[in-house]
Amino acid sequence: MSKMITKSLGTVGLAVILSTTALSGVSMAENLKVAWSQDATGLDPHKQTAFSSIRFLELMYEPLVRLDKDAEIVPALAGSWQFNDEATVLTMKLDEGAKFHDGSAVTPADVKASFERILDEEVGSAARANFTAITSIDTPDDMTVVFNLDGPNVPFLTALASVNAAIVQASAIEAGTIGTEVVGSGPFKYESWTPNSSATLVANEDWHGGEVAIDGLDISVLPDETSILAALRSKQVDFALINDPFVATLIPQASGLKLAKAPVLSYHVLQLNPSRGPLTEQKVRQAISCAVDRQDVLDTALLGEGAVTGPLTMAAYATPQDQLFCYQQDLEKARQLMAEAGFADGFDMNIMAATGEPPTAASEAQVLQSQLSEIGINLTIEMKELNVYVDHWLKADFDMAVALNGGKPDPYTMYNRYWTKDGNLQKVANYIDDDLDSLMAQGREEADPAKRKEIFQSFEKHLAEVSPWVWLYTGYSYAGTQDYVDGFEPTPTGSLFGLANVSVNK
Amino acid sequence: MSYPIKRLLVFPLVMLGVSVFVFISIRLVPGDAITAMLGTESGLLTPTQRDALRAYFGLDQNWFIQFWRWFAGVLQGDFGISTTYGKPVMTIIWQHFPLTLELAILSMLIALSIGIPAGIYAATHKDRPSDLIVRIVAMFGQSTPSFVVGLLLIYLLSVGFGVLPEMGTFVPITEDPLANLAQMILPAITLGTAFAAAVIRMSRSTMLDILQEDYVRTARSKGMSRRRVIWRHALPNALIPVITLSGVEFGYLLGGAVLVEQIFALPGLGRTVLDAILQRDYALVQGSVLFIAFNFMVVNLLVDLAYAALDPRIRFETK
Repeated sequence: MSKMITKSLGTVGLAVILSTTALSGVSMAENLKVAWSQDATGLDPHKQTAFSSIRFLELMYEPLVRLDKDAEIVPALAGSWQFNDEATVLTMKLDEGAKFHDGSAVTPADVKASFERILDEEVGSAARANFTAITSIDTPDDMTVVFNLDGPNVPFLTALASVNAAIVQASAIEAGTIGTEVVGSGPFKYESWTPNSSATLVANEDWHGGEVAIDGLDISVLPDETSILAALRSKQVDFALINDPFVATLIPQASGLKLAKAPVLSYHVLQLNPSRGPLTEQKVRQAISCAVDRQDVLDTALLGEGAVTGPLTMAAYATPQDQLFCYQQDLEKARQLMAEAGFADGFDMNIMAATGEPPTAASEAQVLQSQLSEIGINLTIEMKELNVYVDHWLKADFDMAVALNGGKPDPYTMYNRYWTKDGNLQKVANYIDDDLDSLMAQGREEADPAKRKEIFQSFEKHLAEVSPWVWLYTGYSYAGTQDYVDGFEPTPTGSLFGLANVSVNK
Repeated sequence: MSYPIKRLLVFPLVMLGVSVFVFISIRLVPGDAITAMLGTESGLLTPTQRDALRAYFGLDQNWFIQFWRWFAGVLQGDFGISTTYGKPVMTIIWQHFPLTLELAILSMLIALSIGIPAGIYAATHKDRPSDLIVRIVAMFGQSTPSFVVGLLLIYLLSVGFGVLPEMGTFVPITEDPLANLAQMILPAITLGTAFAAAVIRMSRSTMLDILQEDYVRTARSKGMSRRRVIWRHALPNALIPVITLSGVEFGYLLGGAVLVEQIFALPGLGRTVLDAILQRDYALVQGSVLFIAFNFMVVNLLVDLAYAALDPRIRFETK
């Protein structure tokens, strides 16, 4: 009996300890409590390209323009802008109220200094590749910035909509404090950051973009997403970013929680290496494209959380899928193509995937392995740690790769790197095609939206037909929140900038 | 020369070996700090940009020079700067080590306070139903991975009771002991119960062996009570293998418990090393592995010395 009492007392004691701290956690915080599983890798907005860094930095730093929830370009630090008729000169007027967190105004000199820093090769900004078209920057008055470009360049405006093109203080560049001190102009001010652990941001009361309804953000890094789900259930977290669709789909089932999700521009793709063995044959690549049942991969590996896509993932440019080559599985045709290419008996190949990046990578590789076995292609799956994967990917040292590649709202900015002859990642794509190259060049120069759409649809159809890669589908970005958190709008880039409009209504 | 001093003399040699091994192995893994920071976007860098970044991360020198620079620093107590944190490596290790030490001690306490009594109970009730139950529980405990136990605990508390200790923002014991205990208790139980199972099995089997020994029978035949024989004579001897086992386990725990730290979002040494490896933060990986190796050697030495204290027959004499 006494043992039982001791045991029950122990259990009660544990429950009391846990509940008192859980309760005290709720009462002391007025900041929105945010959780995510992957933390930023640094604070320099021009250097950090990892998605986890971008979504952290864009809460504090601002570019000249940004993308809204429909991937349309909207004002950020620039209030208005105008291209000349040839699309060679872009003139931007800064927003009058725009101020840095230390109270100083954002000036054209800051804009000029920021782009000079990005273009300075000693800095090592990966975004530089998007801005090499700039020949000079003029600052005719206190509010105006003029970008002179080396030729017609319509997609330049979209390239500006990234925190990798954030405007930083000219004085901070001179002092060399970018990356160690954060003085941005965005909705939240930096207070503290412990890498891989936590961060605190406070609302910027003087933000030119409007009033921020919450006091600030307490961000925790919870590396395991099932733990994030548990933290949401116990109301320890108000807002959480989720990557894993398996975890995300559980959120609406929990009482008191809701899920905000939006289709994203990034795409899941089966990258073929057209310089390797049988893959040099167009018919073999086409056979693979015909043999893959995209919807089945989506349903099996991603729980159907997404939509089958062609190469262009932005709704404004996408071609209807019935016009794309083999977008319905056709095993008969696939076998015939294999036979025509001289591979009727199939062949063996490796397929590489990154562990946990995306979380569904291994399942995708397995479904593709089983689907391609139908036409005699035997795949061996190689799971690699992300960095090892990236290393092989950059050297194009793979037969096939399961990839989740970033998307952009403009087809040129998105694919120039892979499918033009001088694209920075042409060596990774390993496929040179005159038609693709010239269509890209036309799309860069054409200013008329209807004609641009036509050009890029030809580009997309051709790309799907020659099948250097097999595009699969796009997924969603997910944010799990408590019922009382209102106003968050997810975006196609997965940005958390919408936290600036969030309010808490308990 | 006395045994502890001889053992201490081996330390620098082992540390040098560990240094070389870690230094080379982390560099043999494909990818570097640049690909870790930029991912596939690092393919957009021009050769000049790449060189600038390599110089920034200290990757522009050959391995010998890199090693020599780092090792010369270590000899002077400077373990380098972590590229992730932008702080000295030792500062970061000292920030994360107290949590790891506390977790190791707590889980050890839990494991031993459950494991030893249960093991002895099972041994003294051999082949009875209660022995069977203890053995089944121990088997389950040992064969269930700690992350399963951890996730189940989190699930039960969050779904069943809607309470969960604060995760993410760690409260040091010096700031608020109660809040700290609330954060540490679940991970400690997770680690502790898994090890308790091993302790139960070990203490039960040793105790059974010892109870067959002549001196135990002699003591009993002389009229000494069963309880006194067990506690006074059998237990100290039965504890020796348990101490070895615990010493090794404690050494491991001081290296951080990666899975449990991940699940409970504890910023311990294990997670620090893991993140450092993933981000190719070479200085931090090298510094922390060296630190962990040193702790492991110290713990092992202490365990060996503890034998002598428990069993007077064991003496470390120099011959």
